[in-house]
Amino acid sequence: MAALRCPYGGGDPGRDRPKAPGLEVETLVGDAVVVSTVTSSLADVASSDAALRAFLHGLPGVDRVGADQRAAVLGTRSIKTTAKAAAIDLAISMVDLTTLEGADTAGKVRAMCAKAMRPGGDAPRVAAVCVYPDLVAVAVEALKGSGVRVASVATAFPSGRTSPEIKVSETGMAVAAGADEIDMVIDRGAFLSGRYMKVFEEIVAVKAACGDAHLKVILETGELATYDNVRRASWLAMLAGADFIKTSTGKVSPAATPSVTLIMLEAVRDFRAATGRQVGVKPAGGIRTTKDAIKNLVLVNETAGDDWLTPEWFRLGASSLLNDLLMQREKLATGRYAGPDHFTLD
Amino acid sequence: MAIFEYAPAPESRDVVDLQPSYGLFIDGEFVDGSGPAFKTINPATEETLAEVATATADDVDRAVRAARKAFGGWSGLPGAERAKYLFRIARIIQERSRELAVLESLDNGKPIREARDVDVPLVAAHFFYYAGWADKLAHAGFGTRPLGVAGQVIPWNFPLLMLAWKIAPALACGNTVVLKPAETTPLTALLFADICRQADLPAGVVNIVTGAGETGAAVVAHPDVNKVAFTGSTEVGRLIARTVAGTGKKLTLELGGKAANIVFDDAAIDQAVEGIVNGIFFNQGHVCCAGSRLLVQESVQEELLDALKRRLTTLRLGDPLDKNTDIGAINSAAQLAKIRELSDLGESEGARRWSPECELPSKGFWFPPTVFTQVAQSHRIATEEIFGPVLSVLTFRTPAEAVEKANNTPYGLSAGIWTEKGSRILWMADRLRAGVVWANTFNKFDPASPFGGYKESGYGREGGLHGLEAYLDV
Repeated sequence: MAALRCPYGGGDPGRDRPKAPGLEVETLVGDAVVVSTVTSSLADVASSDAALRAFLHGLPGVDRVGADQRAAVLGTRSIKTTAKAAAIDLAISMVDLTTLEGADTAGKVRAMCAKAMRPGGDAPRVAAVCVYPDLVAVAVEALKGSGVRVASVATAFPSGRTSPEIKVSETGMAVAAGADEIDMVIDRGAFLSGRYMKVFEEIVAVKAACGDAHLKVILETGELATYDNVRRASWLAMLAGADFIKTSTGKVSPAATPSVTLIMLEAVRDFRAATGRQVGVKPAGGIRTTKDAIKNLVLVNETAGDDWLTPEWFRLGASSLLNDLLMQREKLATGRYAGPDHFTLD
Repeated sequence: MAIFEYAPAPESRDVVDLQPSYGLFIDGEFVDGSGPAFKTINPATEETLAEVATATADDVDRAVRAARKAFGGWSGLPGAERAKYLFRIARIIQERSRELAVLESLDNGKPIREARDVDVPLVAAHFFYYAGWADKLAHAGFGTRPLGVAGQVIPWNFPLLMLAWKIAPALACGNTVVLKPAETTPLTALLFADICRQADLPAGVVNIVTGAGETGAAVVAHPDVNKVAFTGSTEVGRLIARTVAGTGKKLTLELGGKAANIVFDDAAIDQAVEGIVNGIFFNQGHVCCAGSRLLVQESVQEELLDALKRRLTTLRLGDPLDKNTDIGAINSAAQLAKIRELSDLGESEGARRWSPECELPSKGFWFPPTVFTQVAQSHRIATEEIFGPVLSVLTFRTPAEAVEKANNTPYGLSAGIWTEKGSRILWMADRLRAGVVWANTFNKFDPASPFGGYKESGYGREGGLHGLEAYLDV
């Protein structure tokens, strides 16, 4: 007997579907996900420090024990055979292949780009490569016409400890060099000291500097520490115009834990229900194995649903993950593991 | 079609060595029963799993005599020696956990994920916990004298876990036992008998007699039983209390429930939704402490119900042995009939019924997760224990009203409170007449925590230090 799945969305259609495009939704009062403390329109939420604070602190709390328990249960999902094969290819297509080292060179980036376009066998290409701003031009050149996008970290990654002017100009330079996507970091110091408006304004400024480039906002959840903060930072970033919210820089541990990704997926789900605007999610850091990647896909599947199960709306920020995915892919196809030297190191 | 479909991931049945027929476990041996054998089936497929002997009053008498014979030696052992046996049993349970989990799922219909991750680990934990008490009884405050022979009758919802709740403290305190598992789920108890042999437990210390109500009645009524422990329906609990009255037998009853799961407007919504799901759909709602009445503050009713319904559409119902199944089969045709009857009543009394779209398997006993809204306190679905995956949603306006409604039931086994405000949790817990009050969680069990009811949910406590009292001559 096959498992009979109650199809996702079989319940109350329309409830979590977009209601209106854009941020200019009239009002949040009485809406499904929005707390009763909100009495102004969403555009007014950031009208003052006090309003922003009241909104973020009015979001429903996150109970750590319960969130961890839910993530753990989803971690027990058993993805086998055809489902595993499909999941591996989906995961590969969602990888933001990343190198963010002081020792990065043009040669290293070119090698990574080659791998990004043709990971091996008939595996799909990855979603994007992610590099430091000064190497954007190299990646753009190497990836021309491939469909693989170029993402650049910016805003004094990973700490973000510099002036807003430099963050904006660094963003502008990366975009000018051809970056399709910008991964910025928020000012965690400002966030933790309650200066939400400063964080908000920086995101708005960087978003403006992005032009047509997509903006991913890195929350660095390992430094935000509480799950309530993760939810607030997620909403803050989305309100400020983030196209994606991203867990971590990869330079701080813990990085993308399942619980944190779960909470961020709930946030984008609720944000779309409230505003009609869909925002993507990118867990990054610490995702090294196929198992980790599939657990992430399960989280997406059972939290945000099908609409996020594409590279356009969900990414996996990783470097070593790709080879493990390729290895498991080959194992599924051939029934045996090939040695590590059968997978290229780039 | 969904983008990410999970392929079937069935747990292998091969770990279980099912016999075509099982006898009674008396005095360390499997023996034939005198009554007609009955079949135990897999409720997910209706296939017969095995034939099981029926113990008659004579068989029960043999079992009680074996237990009595073993009592002297067992109670005479130093506590530390009894502990060794219990520790050994606990370890064997862990070693054979897959076998136990698969068999439990087969015989009961519960999802393998729950049998594997909840039932069996808790069973081992109970034996470990009470093994630790065996040589420390003098410090528990109930004396160290065991009662004698314990007659124990357990239900079908958590067959092995209820066995552990009964047997572990009984043995730790030096009693011997005659246990009757439910007629629809006898198999893991019989496997446990095998574990007792494997652990070299002295003959007669644990005896397992199978059969239906008559067998249970014979255990309860046997004149040489010193202690009766029962978990099951309030109706049968009353009969037992009548039988035992005036006999000097010590009695503990763990009966029905109609728990309120109370959600305030400042609750962590996503976790509250998980708690509601876990409260009523865990084990298909076959849980005496299930959160079958959702009391939600009117100011968040709409958003909470929307979130709950959205969540319910992701529940996976089907093959209990599939590792990704969330909702398994209803344990028996009789139980399914009862759930259907009460649910139909709910509709005819005016409540609004909702279930996620989901196809039920054609064979076996199945009921979809069901939510009733616009339920009034006077509706039968709000007062009677359904013991199935059926949630009744009621609303309240103030904390005082929540307490009033929560307590307005003849039962009092458990309750749940969902709020981010600590002081309100304490205020509520003080006023709720329920044996267990969970705060920001639900259906959380631990061997160190006592469990038991107020009012018609029974008396006595199982688990924890308090659980020792029921098995000692205080």
